[in-house]
Amino acid sequence: MSVRSIAIAFAVTTMASLSASQAAYQGFAGLGSAAEGFSVPQPGRPFRFPADHGPHPDFRIEWWYLTANLEAPDGTHYGAQWTLFRSALAPREATGWSSPQLWMGHAAVTTSEDHFVAERISRGGVGQAGVVAEPFSAWIDDWQMKGRATPGADQLAELSLTATADEFGYELRLSATGPLVPQGDKGYSLKSAKGQASYYYSQPFYAVSGSLSLPTGDIAVTGKAWLDREWSSQPLAEDQTGWDWFSLHLDTGEKLMGFRLRDEGEGFTSATWITADGRPDALPAGALKIVPVRTANVAGRQIPVSWNIQIPSRGFDVTTQPLNEQAWMSTSIPYWEGPIAFKGTVGGRGYLEMTGY
Amino acid sequence: MTMWIAATALLSHWRRRPLQLGALLSGLALATALWSGVQAINAEARASYARAAAVLDQNGLAHLVSPNGRAIPQSAFVWLRRAGWKVSPVLEGEYRFGTTRLRVIGIDPLTMPAETQTVDLGNDEDLLSFITPPGTLVVSPETAEKIRGQTGLALRVSDRMLDGAAFIDIGLAQRLLRRDGELSRIVIAENQRPGLEPLGKLVPTLSVREPNAQTDVEHLTESLHLNLTAFGFLAFAVGLLIVYSTIGLAFEQRRPTFRTLRCLGVSLRRLAVLLLAELALFAVAAGAVGVAIGYLVASLLLPGVAATLEGLYGASVPGTLSLRPEWWVSGFAIALAGTLVSSAQSLMRLMRVPLLAAAQPQAWGRSSEKGRRLQVLAAAALLAFSGALLLWADGLQAGFGALGCLLLGAALLLPAVLSGFLTLMQRMSSRALVTWFWADARQQLPGLSLALMALLLALAANVGVGTMVSSFRLTFVGWLDQRLAAELYVAARNEGEADRLRAWLATKVESVLPISSVDAEIRGQPMQIFGVVDDPTYRKHWPLIVGMPNVWDRVASGEGVLVNEQFWRRERLRIGDRLDLASEWKATVVGVYSDYGNPKGQVMAGINALITHYPHVSRLRYGLRVPPDQVADLRSNLSDEFGLPAENILDQAALKEQSRRIFDRTFLVTGALNIFTLGVAALAMFSSLLTLSEMRLPQLAPVWATGVTRRDLALIELLRTLVLWLATFIAALPLGLALAWVLLAVVNVEAFGWRLPMYIFPYEWVRLGLVALAAAVVSVFIPLRRLAGLAPSELLKVFANER
Repeated sequence: MSVRSIAIAFAVTTMASLSASQAAYQGFAGLGSAAEGFSVPQPGRPFRFPADHGPHPDFRIEWWYLTANLEAPDGTHYGAQWTLFRSALAPREATGWSSPQLWMGHAAVTTSEDHFVAERISRGGVGQAGVVAEPFSAWIDDWQMKGRATPGADQLAELSLTATADEFGYELRLSATGPLVPQGDKGYSLKSAKGQASYYYSQPFYAVSGSLSLPTGDIAVTGKAWLDREWSSQPLAEDQTGWDWFSLHLDTGEKLMGFRLRDEGEGFTSATWITADGRPDALPAGALKIVPVRTANVAGRQIPVSWNIQIPSRGFDVTTQPLNEQAWMSTSIPYWEGPIAFKGTVGGRGYLEMTGY
Repeated sequence: MTMWIAATALLSHWRRRPLQLGALLSGLALATALWSGVQAINAEARASYARAAAVLDQNGLAHLVSPNGRAIPQSAFVWLRRAGWKVSPVLEGEYRFGTTRLRVIGIDPLTMPAETQTVDLGNDEDLLSFITPPGTLVVSPETAEKIRGQTGLALRVSDRMLDGAAFIDIGLAQRLLRRDGELSRIVIAENQRPGLEPLGKLVPTLSVREPNAQTDVEHLTESLHLNLTAFGFLAFAVGLLIVYSTIGLAFEQRRPTFRTLRCLGVSLRRLAVLLLAELALFAVAAGAVGVAIGYLVASLLLPGVAATLEGLYGASVPGTLSLRPEWWVSGFAIALAGTLVSSAQSLMRLMRVPLLAAAQPQAWGRSSEKGRRLQVLAAAALLAFSGALLLWADGLQAGFGALGCLLLGAALLLPAVLSGFLTLMQRMSSRALVTWFWADARQQLPGLSLALMALLLALAANVGVGTMVSSFRLTFVGWLDQRLAAELYVAARNEGEADRLRAWLATKVESVLPISSVDAEIRGQPMQIFGVVDDPTYRKHWPLIVGMPNVWDRVASGEGVLVNEQFWRRERLRIGDRLDLASEWKATVVGVYSDYGNPKGQVMAGINALITHYPHVSRLRYGLRVPPDQVADLRSNLSDEFGLPAENILDQAALKEQSRRIFDRTFLVTGALNIFTLGVAALAMFSSLLTLSEMRLPQLAPVWATGVTRRDLALIELLRTLVLWLATFIAALPLGLALAWVLLAVVNVEAFGWRLPMYIFPYEWVRLGLVALAAAVVSVFIPLRRLAGLAPSELLKVFANER
């Protein structure tokens, strides 16, 4: 028995969306695909805040996913990630060890030279990990994302974020400079032509300040951060093998979320253009075109680390470069996640996540 | 001359004397067998302790425990995790599945440090079924066999699991044990990141228990293993005496061969190499046989040892032996080393003897007067040292050291004592044949002394250990009678049933004596605190060693407590000392009671005080006082009224029987080793008599020539052997009693923590004497038959050929 295998169990049962390979996915297809009593996202359900900031135990999976593009006073760029995954073995919550909810935390700091990763796994029900909607708090062990907003205000508007591992850690303060943004059709985000979908909203407007603790010492940083909130019960169609996901802070103040779910054919793309004042424009399927420019050998696999992204309808055409092409998350479910910069019709920075390679 | 021919010449000696070869090989094999058998048992037991520690106790990691034995709230675990500490919760307890009691260990596989995860919980789906209801029991194959069909839980069988224990999910453990939200301890992972807030600040009410190099069980059982080792060594030493004497004889007898070979040009070095090779060959052959017999001995004894360890110490040791390579190697090594040590003297002599020295064999082993005086001096020094150890040294090792010196010193003294005795008898006799009888016995003494020493050791060990065990048994049985005063013992299955039981019993019996205990840590030791009611049963029957006046009033009031003898001795407590029993409970030691067979320290306190300070104490078990003629009725009423299964109601007789059985099993091994040692001693006697009979022709021939028939000669030989045997037996009695005294008054106190009165059992000596007599008669039989059937021409040759 190892923590690793329980994390794999965690992944396979519920996190089909992040599953590392087609084989593993198919091997546990019975567990991964059917809803088995779990709720299924329906279009037209409005978000209810602050309740929706908290967990939805009747859905199989859920995450609180924060990525930050950071910069030291000397101009050095860094990336930071803080993620809390919830995974349910059964569509209910209970107190004590009989809770069927499992929690997994990932934290990472990326520099141009290094990529530090840590993972935490916990069971729900006893208080070792969990999320409370108001006053907002998401935690696993001593890692925490905590709301600092006053009661009644948007609970995600002001956050403090901490994670500490053996080699690295960070303490960041986040302040939203714009509103929460629903993705897809008012928060109903389609994931395949067959109708797989999730509830999905983002807070892409954080201004960040704080410090990173690295083996070389502490570094004060500032920058931008993006929080994704998403929950579902069957996020991938059976033939989908993984995704390439972008969250981009444009120099113009606009934001772009775009992804492609890979399958044996064309794949399924989706994108939301977000104006500088936070109005989302869900682009129609196929409006986003992404093409790998360059691959690199990462953890023994060929992974596209540079991409060309085009949205012809918006006259958007950029090419991305990673801060560190070896930004491999060597966690129980391995994937690539790291900060990127892009140039083209517009410049900016953002985060790229690639799974299923 | 080729090496091969020289080797053949040397080996031909053994072909001519197969009995001598047999004695050498069997002595070596037996010595190796007993030694390696005991080592095998020890190794098996130690391996299982280590496994138990690794599997069950997360050995090697520090733990957080509650110093007063109370449960740890689960929130402490969460609090520590949220402060960044890598910790993992454990809840342990006893749970009955059907009729099988298991030690269930509830763990959280997600936080359990990887280094402690010695039992494979299986693949991902197994893991999920482990943590999700209904849950999985991870058990050993034997345990799985026992509880199959007794539980609705899934079973997962792991070879690494220990018998009688089960890993289950922490949540399931809390449900089964009805300890929701409680933990027994918190495991602290090894690598913590720097900068964490100290544990003392975060959880001030908990204390850190550092990993022990030695587990509790190892510590407790050390005495038993030392005991076994001592026996194994004794047997080995006795076996080596045989080897020593046989090799010495063979070297002496082959002197003409050596001389001839040397004259024919075989260099001294080559001769030595050949002899060494010969010895090594014997050692390996006998070692192989010895290890095989040792394996057999160990597998015969192991179930007994396992039962002992289980009964006495609660240590789980499998009853089957696994073949360990290190054990084979050590068996061969000890056989080789033993052979070399026993032959060193003979080899040295060979190197020193001049080439053309007379090839006449000297009367083998005949020690000079000077040598004998040295031996007496050494014996005196050893006995004095033994006395000094007993007087001034502490500890188990010192106790065994004193025993060893005592035995060895007495053995060394034996030839001098016997020689004195024979001289005296010789002076007192006037008839020629009688005088010759004593003088000849004295002349024979050097050759027999090694065998007699072996016999002395074996007999003394038998007398000593027999006296110890019998004294112990007598005391134990008397103590049981006092201690188990209640007529009926009943256990409720849960607290609700216990409440109903108490109410129901109130009118049915003379008195109800609750048997409630909690585990606590007192003075850093794992202890049990028992709660007792104020009842005449205790005042009348409880076996106190010392006590203040009004001791029971003081216990009932809660101000005073009693402690058991082992805790009292271990901690060197005095009446009036104060003990911390819980965070706000200090009590005075007002008395000490004997508590045989319990490895742990124990405290008895008033039940009310116990419940006040340990509100969660289990109150399931009761002793019931009823008139003896009502026991059967009450028993059937109890099972009718409450549906209690038979094993929950025990009467006094059954309980006593059970205790006695455990006791008897405990010393089964000792008895078996005693017999083996005696067997080895008999073999030593046999081989010595055999060798002597071959060399005694020059002494016997003149007596035969004066008209004593061969038959009478044989009878005289028999008589002489019996006289020597009887003298040795008589010498062994005081030595055995001294041994028993050391065992009872020193070793037991150190090993178990109790001191026992010594009783003398002359009847047992008679039995032992008869067994030893039979051994002596058997050992003298073959040499005598040979003498009686000796051709007269052989005797005549003595005169014709002075060699």
